[in-house]
Amino acid sequence: MTVRHLLLRLLHAVVTVWATFTLSFALLYLLPGDPVAIMLSGQGGVANTTPEQVRQLRAAYGFERPLPEQYADRLWAALHGDLGRSVGSGDTVVHTFATALPQTLALAGVGLALAVLLGVGTALAAVATRSRRLSRLLLSAPSLGVSFPQFVVGLVLLEVVSFRWKLLPAFGHTGGSGLVLPAITLAIPTASVIAQVFARSLADVLLSPYVATARAKGAGRARVLLLHATRNAALPLLSLLGLIIGSLLAGSVVVETVFSRDGFGRITAAAVEAQDIPVVQGAVVVSALVFAAVSLAVDLVTPLLDPRLAERPATGRGSRGWLRPQSA
Amino acid sequence: MFRQSSPPVPARRRHVGGPGRRILPGMAVVLCLGLGLAACSSSDDGGGGTAAPGLGAARGGGTLTVAVASKPLCLDPQNNSSNGNTAISRQLVSSLTDQDPATGKIVPWLASKFEVGASATEFTFTLRPGATFSDGAPVDAAAVRANFDTIVRLGAVDAVAASYLTSYQGTTVVDSHTAKVTFSRPNAQFLQATSTAALGLLSPASLALAPEERCQGRGLAGAGPFVLKEAVQGTEIRLTRRADYAWGSPVWKHQGAAYLDGIDYKVVPESGVRVGSLLSGQVDTVIGVDARDERRLAAGGATELSRPVPGITYNLTANTERPLLADASVRKALTKGIDRATIVRTLLSDHYRPATSILTSSTPAYTDLSADLAHDPAGARALLDAAGWRPGGDGIRTRDGVRLAPTLIYPGVDTASRNVLQLVQSQLREIGVDVQLSGLPLNQLAPDQDAGRYDLLWFGLTRADPDVLSTVFATTTKNRAHLPAGNPLDTLLAKQSETLDAAERAALVGQAQRQIVQEAYSLPVYEQAQSVAFAGRVQAVALDGSAQPAFFDAWLAN
Repeated sequence: MTVRHLLLRLLHAVVTVWATFTLSFALLYLLPGDPVAIMLSGQGGVANTTPEQVRQLRAAYGFERPLPEQYADRLWAALHGDLGRSVGSGDTVVHTFATALPQTLALAGVGLALAVLLGVGTALAAVATRSRRLSRLLLSAPSLGVSFPQFVVGLVLLEVVSFRWKLLPAFGHTGGSGLVLPAITLAIPTASVIAQVFARSLADVLLSPYVATARAKGAGRARVLLLHATRNAALPLLSLLGLIIGSLLAGSVVVETVFSRDGFGRITAAAVEAQDIPVVQGAVVVSALVFAAVSLAVDLVTPLLDPRLAERPATGRGSRGWLRPQSA
Repeated sequence: MFRQSSPPVPARRRHVGGPGRRILPGMAVVLCLGLGLAACSSSDDGGGGTAAPGLGAARGGGTLTVAVASKPLCLDPQNNSSNGNTAISRQLVSSLTDQDPATGKIVPWLASKFEVGASATEFTFTLRPGATFSDGAPVDAAAVRANFDTIVRLGAVDAVAASYLTSYQGTTVVDSHTAKVTFSRPNAQFLQATSTAALGLLSPASLALAPEERCQGRGLAGAGPFVLKEAVQGTEIRLTRRADYAWGSPVWKHQGAAYLDGIDYKVVPESGVRVGSLLSGQVDTVIGVDARDERRLAAGGATELSRPVPGITYNLTANTERPLLADASVRKALTKGIDRATIVRTLLSDHYRPATSILTSSTPAYTDLSADLAHDPAGARALLDAAGWRPGGDGIRTRDGVRLAPTLIYPGVDTASRNVLQLVQSQLREIGVDVQLSGLPLNQLAPDQDAGRYDLLWFGLTRADPDVLSTVFATTTKNRAHLPAGNPLDTLLAKQSETLDAAERAALVGQAQRQIVQEAYSLPVYEQAQSVAFAGRVQAVALDGSAQPAFFDAWLAN
């Protein structure tokens, strides 16, 4: 891991975020429709506002100026941590997300932990069991898990656990208990993906020569599986992390709505519906930041886990070298 | 039912929120049954909470938990008076006057006396002594002036409130407790407007803040029975009562401070989840119940209070400039072709009513025109035949090679409306009209409705004053029917806005309704209902003059 490599990766991240910002600006500002008109119709004001009043409001939000000027201004402001104000609530976009993100992070964090436990557990059990029938059952569970829409899972959990058994609250952020059902709902599809990928990669790794060597040396079944195979089989999961985080963020849109939680997903969904451009753009930029940060972290951590990469520090395509069939 | 983009104005939304809310709220019940679980909606404490308010003496204390559909975009009632926000912000302010929900009459509130000058351009309010804003400032004539001046200055930011102050000239502080509001043109609707939350008074210090600050609730001080204690971003709003509150509206059942210690609003976007939470005792009260969840609510032993929302019914307003609907006989045929009773019976619930005028039955000066809105397919066919529209091979009428296929625009996200409109579509097909439904995204709807790119426009509109007709149909405002200036309806609407005598004004408004319905400028369909449901220990929740929930008299039994 050289400094040059690190800087290059950082530059990648910055360019990704900038490109996302620019694209989202272009798309959102070129959309037909006038955000101010929508804001007024949402508030019921359109009826009696004069065109002059509407023009003043547009000017106040800066929608009147030429596009390049708006872009330059917004980019400059964004670099200074100012993503504008929500057209709907008048609150700053940064404050909106700053107060919402912790909720989503807690949800996504617990969801991810559950997903990893469930996914890795299922895959390990499927590979470890001597019963073919159980193995097949466990291997088919993930397909079921990804095919149930999240809102169905959420609503069934609510109906049974919260409304009938009255075990857990149906909404809100009341401590840990309010997190259980949404985290389970969020975790199920992710756990399924993890189980599928991990089971496949475990099966592959178990066929590799070093595992045969380990067996030949007398390592037991459990030792081979947990100590020798798991570590290498986990690497593909790490490269999936970006996708997994993405699906957790996307899942938060549905889960936060069903469980009445405030957070990134709810705010994004509401902003898209209301065409609250500054907030939508904020959501895109925040997502890009998260993705860039996760990929950067994965890039930095992978060589630590896989010494082969550390010896052969590479940029760009080389850094995915371990995904290639092992020829050595 | 979703009214987010009810074109001309507000805000009678059943619920508002993210699009995720559209994810089949009825699904849970269906699935439960599918999984073999008996009676999903059963509730252990069924039957509780239905006691009449008269049972036992009201007791103070306790916090009422209320599930609402949407996060209030803005806590400042002057800035945003859509129903979702007002359900909360109404509790924070008192108004100069109040409107008796039973009679629609304007009664004193912060103003112990009000006088309207003969020309409806001067309104003098005598303020009751002793009322204060929650920041300690007195409710005096200078504060009244500061409120109206600020609303007019902010213009589009306080759009609805500013529209009530059209042609505002100024407020004169006659003495500390007398304020005279002057308009350059007669403005008869202003008196009712002073009873709305949109013109609820805020303290001069709050008015000096930026509108965005007030929206967030920071420094927002009204003279209402409750004050904002805490707004937990997006999910919860906590109010506490003002112990020194002593200037309640005479419409309320008691004077002094509110019984409740506080109100906790929890934002629960899904109607099904709100109902489930109410029946499982996780909340005390629910505002906004979808028609499809009402049976479950009743089966669970909850009480539902409902009132038609005053204002304009959900209706299809015709663009009379477009070739298809320029002919009055075609419009009249369409209105005869709609079976309103069937729509309400099959798609909505008992709380909704078929439209019997362009105004809903809870609007002052409403006139019953049910005879003009009867389902009469034979009459409709006769009208179309006479107008030269002949059924073609597919049953759809044509004239000179033009198909009778009017375009109908509505907010595409409003799935509940879509169901209603699909039924309207199939009913009109029976008389040979092929309505083209066009559910538009919000960003396209607003420009299309302003540019008149529709044959029929679907919307409803809340306002407890018949002047709401001017908002929609006067040629000086939105003119949704695209009528020529100086038409008879215009004259009637202008006249009623200058008329103070209630009976005289009601007669003019009655004529205006008749014009709109009989000329079929608009095809009214049904009356929206606002409802509040409660269970368990909750007593004496009410709906105010604008059909908004009122919690001042509410109390919690043991």
